[in-house]
Amino acid sequence: MPEVTPSQTVGPFLTLGLEWPKGADVVPPGTPGTITVSGYLYDGAGDPVPDGLVETWQADPDGRFDHPDDPRGAVAPTVPGFLGFGRCCTDPEGRWEIRTLLPGALPGGEAPHLDVSVFARGLLDRVVTRIYFAGRPENATDPLLASLPAVRRDTLVAEKTGPEEYRLDIHLQGDRETVFLQV
Amino acid sequence: MLAHVTYALPRDTHPPLDSPEYRSTGLRHPTQPPVLLPQRLTEITGPLLHGQIGPNDHDLTRQHGGEPQGQRIVVHGRVLDSDGRPVPDTLVEVWQANAAGRYAHARDTWPAPLDPNFSGGGRVVTSSLGEYSFTTIKPGAYPWGNHHNAWRPAHIHFSLFGRAFTQRLVTQMYFPDDPLFAYDPIYRSVPEGARTRMVSAFDMDATQPDRALAFRWDIVLRGSGQTPFEDAHA
Repeated sequence: MPEVTPSQTVGPFLTLGLEWPKGADVVPPGTPGTITVSGYLYDGAGDPVPDGLVETWQADPDGRFDHPDDPRGAVAPTVPGFLGFGRCCTDPEGRWEIRTLLPGALPGGEAPHLDVSVFARGLLDRVVTRIYFAGRPENATDPLLASLPAVRRDTLVAEKTGPEEYRLDIHLQGDRETVFLQV
Repeated sequence: MLAHVTYALPRDTHPPLDSPEYRSTGLRHPTQPPVLLPQRLTEITGPLLHGQIGPNDHDLTRQHGGEPQGQRIVVHGRVLDSDGRPVPDTLVEVWQANAAGRYAHARDTWPAPLDPNFSGGGRVVTSSLGEYSFTTIKPGAYPWGNHHNAWRPAHIHFSLFGRAFTQRLVTQMYFPDDPLFAYDPIYRSVPEGARTRMVSAFDMDATQPDRALAFRWDIVLRGSGQTPFEDAHA
């Protein structure tokens, strides 16, 4: 059997291959219910990471995926133009942002979440994390959140900073290091 | 929950995030062990991206008014999973330096010449058999600030999605017999037995007479870790 190809860093010039003009728009601009999810990416010294990339993948607002491997069956999104996928290169201040819809909850008690990949110069492989949303009652029963000590759980829960805005900073290292996941 | 596919974690394959010889890992590698996340619906699905390909995205030598400087090459191969199955209809993104080893990027400031006819970015979608192919020029090696007299071996960056979030991979393709491998901490960050998986092979059969040399490189994403035989007895 063929053996898996090793990962390598995206390097400092990742925008040449990975920056999409509309990458941050998981739904077309103007879609009702659009929320902005944003934050900063920091290194272990607390300095911004200006050569990083944040990618998100999520269920649609009904908790479904337009994907044949979902054992419940693929379901085309009810919202026109919903992609489920977003990507945003960090800016010189380390900031990233995506514009999307709040995902639905999933079977097995999973609260609404985004799966997140972070790439950067100096990261030889992506790191994976999740973004949950403050105030969602389902957070109380989510199996991943429940498995974490409270002090670390908060690194995965985006704060509601406005009627349609959430914010979560990602810390690659340090006292406030984000919980990263082995998938 | 209904049963579903999962993806096996490869052993002795990926570089450790803490690789001190590559200095930029120092402040950017997490120090806490990762938390195991069982693969559920969000992890076994993923973006199935296609239809965003421009007419010259597969040919980096035809994105401007003139031909770029350098050795024209075809780079091709297959995208597979580790069960040996081809990965069809999946987006492959590439980016690279020009023939002089300079990236068309504002932060690349080493004084090798830029090439007005070369941007260095491309994308293709694999065929129904998992095949991909693009035309470009052979990138040059370049110096970097990691340590005294540090040079990166010539490489092309590759980004792959597969069909699941779990399969996502970004890597670099190298060229055969590069003498800089022995000195490059990024190449050498990978476990020794897995390094050659990143190295393409010269492919005489795919060369184009009077036009281009060719290199072949197959890319392998995570599979289920189960052969069909094992599935039958599961």
